[in-house]
Amino acid sequence: MYVAVKGGEKAIENAHRLLADRRRGDQSIPELTLDQISGQLALAVDRVMSEGSLYDRELAALAIKQARGDLIEAIFLVRAYRTTLPRFGYSEPVDTSEMKLERRISATYKDLPGGQMLGPTFDYTHRLLDPGLAMGTVPQEPEQSHETTVKAMRVSDILAQEGLIESDGEASSREPADITRTPMEFPLERETRLQALSRGDEGFLLALGYSTQRGYARNHPFVGEVRIGEVEVSFHAPELGGSVIIGRVQVTECQMVNQFKGSAKAPPQFTRGYGLVFGQSERKAMSMALCDRALRAGELGEDRVAPAQDEEFVISHSDNVQATGFVEHLKLPHYVDFQAELGLVRKMRADHTASSQPNTDLEAAE
Amino acid sequence: MTMQTPELATYNFAYLDEQTKRMIRRAILKAIAIPGYQVPFASREMPMPYGWGTGGVQVTASIIGPQDILKVIDQGSDDTTNAVSIRKFFEKTAKVRTTTHTADATIIQTRHRIPEEALKANQTLVYQVPIPEPLRFLEPRETETRKMHALEEYGLMHVKLYEDIATHGHIATTYAYPVKVEGRYVMDPSPTPKFDNPKMHLSPALQLFGAGREKRIYAIPPFTNVVSLDFEDHPFEVQKFHQPCAICAAEDVYLDEVILDDKGNRMFVCSDTDHCEERQAQGFRGVQAGGVAQ
Repeated sequence: MYVAVKGGEKAIENAHRLLADRRRGDQSIPELTLDQISGQLALAVDRVMSEGSLYDRELAALAIKQARGDLIEAIFLVRAYRTTLPRFGYSEPVDTSEMKLERRISATYKDLPGGQMLGPTFDYTHRLLDPGLAMGTVPQEPEQSHETTVKAMRVSDILAQEGLIESDGEASSREPADITRTPMEFPLERETRLQALSRGDEGFLLALGYSTQRGYARNHPFVGEVRIGEVEVSFHAPELGGSVIIGRVQVTECQMVNQFKGSAKAPPQFTRGYGLVFGQSERKAMSMALCDRALRAGELGEDRVAPAQDEEFVISHSDNVQATGFVEHLKLPHYVDFQAELGLVRKMRADHTASSQPNTDLEAAE
Repeated sequence: MTMQTPELATYNFAYLDEQTKRMIRRAILKAIAIPGYQVPFASREMPMPYGWGTGGVQVTASIIGPQDILKVIDQGSDDTTNAVSIRKFFEKTAKVRTTTHTADATIIQTRHRIPEEALKANQTLVYQVPIPEPLRFLEPRETETRKMHALEEYGLMHVKLYEDIATHGHIATTYAYPVKVEGRYVMDPSPTPKFDNPKMHLSPALQLFGAGREKRIYAIPPFTNVVSLDFEDHPFEVQKFHQPCAICAAEDVYLDEVILDDKGNRMFVCSDTDHCEERQAQGFRGVQAGGVAQ
C-alpha cells in the first residue's frame, strides 16, 4: 500500500536520490559535459530548443543531461524555465532571404540562383553502422566554399515574380499572438496556428504530414525549398534610435509548394505550406509545412475530410508536454473513482444475475 | 552560465509572478461572477506536469497569502504522493503553514474528493480539474460545446443519462457526475465520486476549479445552488456502503476498499484520512482497530 502508509514524503526523496544516481551512471566513466552535449548531440539540442520555444543551446544541453536523454522531459524542463522569464517585447520579423546559408535545397528546380547546397546532411549516407565512430576518429577537415556568406533568393520569391504563387501577405500591424500568454480560441489565425505547430511534437506532426501524403487530405506537395542557416534577430528599440541586432539564431525553413485549382475569387496558382523551426530539423520543418497547408483547407475552400485538416484536433493534441503530462497522470492514484466503478460493476453484475435467474427457472419448468 | 545568476535562483512568493497572479485573479473573479461558467485563462507552464494539478496549483498560488494555512489532499488523503509533492511545493515557494486538519485550513487543494467535514465560510476549496467540459465526451469540439453552453442546450446530456437508464435501469455515472449551477450552467464537478456532489450545494465555502492544460477556471461562490442532474422518476442517489469504516467505524462516509491478502480478503476504510484520524482520536474504533462489528 503506497498510500495508507505514512511516509510518501520520504519515498519521494529516496526515489529522487536514486534517480540522481541512475542519471550519473557508472561513476568510473567521465561525466558528460554540456559542451559535449551541445557539440556532439547538436540535433537533440535543436529539437529541445525548438519544441521548448527557447533558443539557448546551453540550457537545452543542461535539460538533456538532467532528463537522462529523454527529449520530451528535456523540453518540459526548458518550458518550465522559459515561463518564468520576463518579456521585454517582440523581435522584428526575421528575413530568411538574408539567411547565412549552411544548407539549401530545392526539389522544384534543377538549378537556381544561389545553387543547391547540400550542407551537413544525412541524405545519401548509407545507413551502415560505423565502428570507426565507436573507436573515436578525427574527421577530415571539411571542404567549404570560399565565400564567407552565401545568400540566396527564396524559391517562393522566384515563383512570385510570375505571380504563380500566393504572396507572403502583409504582416499584421497589431502585436503578434502569443500562445504562451493567451488561451487559444478556435478557429485560430494562421500566425497563431504556425506558432503552435512550430513548438508541436515532431513525431505527431510527422505522422500527420505523412497521412496527407497517403491520401488523407492529399495536397500535392513539392519541396520548393528547405534552407538551414543563421538569421539575424533585430529588436525595435525607439530609445536607441531604431532597430538593433540582438543576436543570430539558426533556423530551418521549409516552403512547400502546393497545387491549387483556383476559386471564383482567385485564379489558379500555387499555394504554400510553411515550416520554420529553431536549429537544424528538416523533418520537423517539412512536417510542419505539410500540416500548415492541410490546415488551410477552410481558407482555400477545400473539403475538410481528414484528421490533418482538423484544426482543433491537430492543435489541441500537438503539444507533447501537455500530452505526456495528461497521459502519464493516469499513473496517479485514481482509487476513489475506481471504487465508485467497482461498486457500479458489482451492482450491474448482480442485476444481470438476478435478471437471468427467472429464465433458468422457466426452462426447468418446461 | 545564465542559470547561475542570482536573480534566477529565486522565485516570487508562491512561484508565479505578480502579473500572472493578477491575470488569474481576474479570471477567478469572472468565474465567481458567473457561477459554473468556464473562464478561459492564460495558463502558465508549471514546474509539474500537465494533468498533475497545474490548474489547481495556479489557482492556489494566485489566492494564497502568507497568513494562509494550506491543506492538500489527493483521493481524500494528505499522504498520497502527489498531495505530498504539491504541499512541499507551497512550503518551499510560499513558506506558508500547512496542515492535514480540514478545520484548520484556510485553503484546501484537492483532487477527486471533498472532505467529509463540512466546510466553513472562511475556507476555499480548490479543485484540480483534468477535463473541465462536462459535455466533452458527448461532443469533442470546443467550438461546439461553447455554443451549447451559450444556448443552454443541454439536451444531449439528458439523453445520455436517459440512455443509461434505458440500458441499465439506473444512471451509470459514478464520478464526475454533472451538476447544474444556480439553474444555468451545467458543470463538471471534476472527477469526484458523485457521493460528494451534495456537499457542493449551498456550501458556505468558496469553491474554485482550475484546469491548467485546458486553460479554464470556474467557480461556485458560497451558498450557490448546485443540483445533480436527474429525472423525476430516477432521482439522483449517492453511493451507499454496506459497512462502516474498519478503522473508525464511521458511517455515511466514502470508503476505500483495501485488499488485505491474496485470498481476496478486504476491508473498507475512510477515504478521508484526516476525518478517520480525528474519529480515532475521539475514541471510535472499527473492527480492524479492535472495535466491535455492528
